[in-house]
Amino acid sequence: MKIISILFFVLLQQVEMADSLRQNGKIYVVAGVFSIITLGILGYLFFLDRKIKKLEEEIKEK
Amino acid sequence: MNKYWWKFLASGLLLYTVWFGFSGEVPRQPILNETIRNVYFHVPMWFGMMALMISSLVYSIKYLQKGKIEDDIYAVEFANVAIVFGLLGFLTGSLWGNFTWGSPLPKDPKIIAVEVGLLIYAAYFVLRGSFEDEQKKARLSAVYNIFAFASFMPLVWILPRLTDSLHPGNGGNPAFGKYDMDNSMRMVFYPAVMAWILIGVWISTLKIRIRLMRNKVNEV
Repeated sequence: MKIISILFFVLLQQVEMADSLRQNGKIYVVAGVFSIITLGILGYLFFLDRKIKKLEEEIKEK
Repeated sequence: MNKYWWKFLASGLLLYTVWFGFSGEVPRQPILNETIRNVYFHVPMWFGMMALMISSLVYSIKYLQKGKIEDDIYAVEFANVAIVFGLLGFLTGSLWGNFTWGSPLPKDPKIIAVEVGLLIYAAYFVLRGSFEDEQKKARLSAVYNIFAFASFMPLVWILPRLTDSLHPGNGGNPAFGKYDMDNSMRMVFYPAVMAWILIGVWISTLKIRIRLMRNKVNEV
């Protein structure tokens, strides 16, 4: 009787797993993919911006 | 290329992609679930990379024909942005793969082929860095660029089809029909590819303009 009740308890309990990205039909994986692309392109734009700034300063000095 | 209309077109197509990419109807498939929407974001990165590589190749050939240093600048910057798109495709692919194929980097022929291909392109930049003389650098790297392109395309498009791959559209000779897409997805996918290609070209032209200006500044 005791074993059965323990089994019952285990079955009822939800197993805690790191599955937040698997919830809601994995839509957050899509959001993650889009964020990676956005971050990558934004980072690249900042890098370009710095290059242009350097060039502008050089032109000013001349 | 300094005209503005195609930049607005690119922005419009990208907005369309984001809106319908996240909210449009997609086929319900097990394991894939909503991640099938990544077809609008991950796959166009590769298409954008290919388009930029083709542009780079065209300008390399042009340089070899005429010997104008501007053509060399075009070729390098297109290749540069192509690699950025390739890396973004790689990163997004590993996130997607982690939650569908169960591993961020499974031993898949297409992934291995693309790793090799990106390394071939990396060697292009190493080669460029090892020359002082501008014309020599431009000529040799233009020749290497043609070689890199000619080895990249069969690596990614033909070799994975000879074996079997986790990527759809590989193994045997399926056409576009095997990408698990229905018609409503194609309505988003093709504009998405267009949008990302145009964004890539836009960034490249910015880089090219900087390089051309730098050349002018150095001449003065």
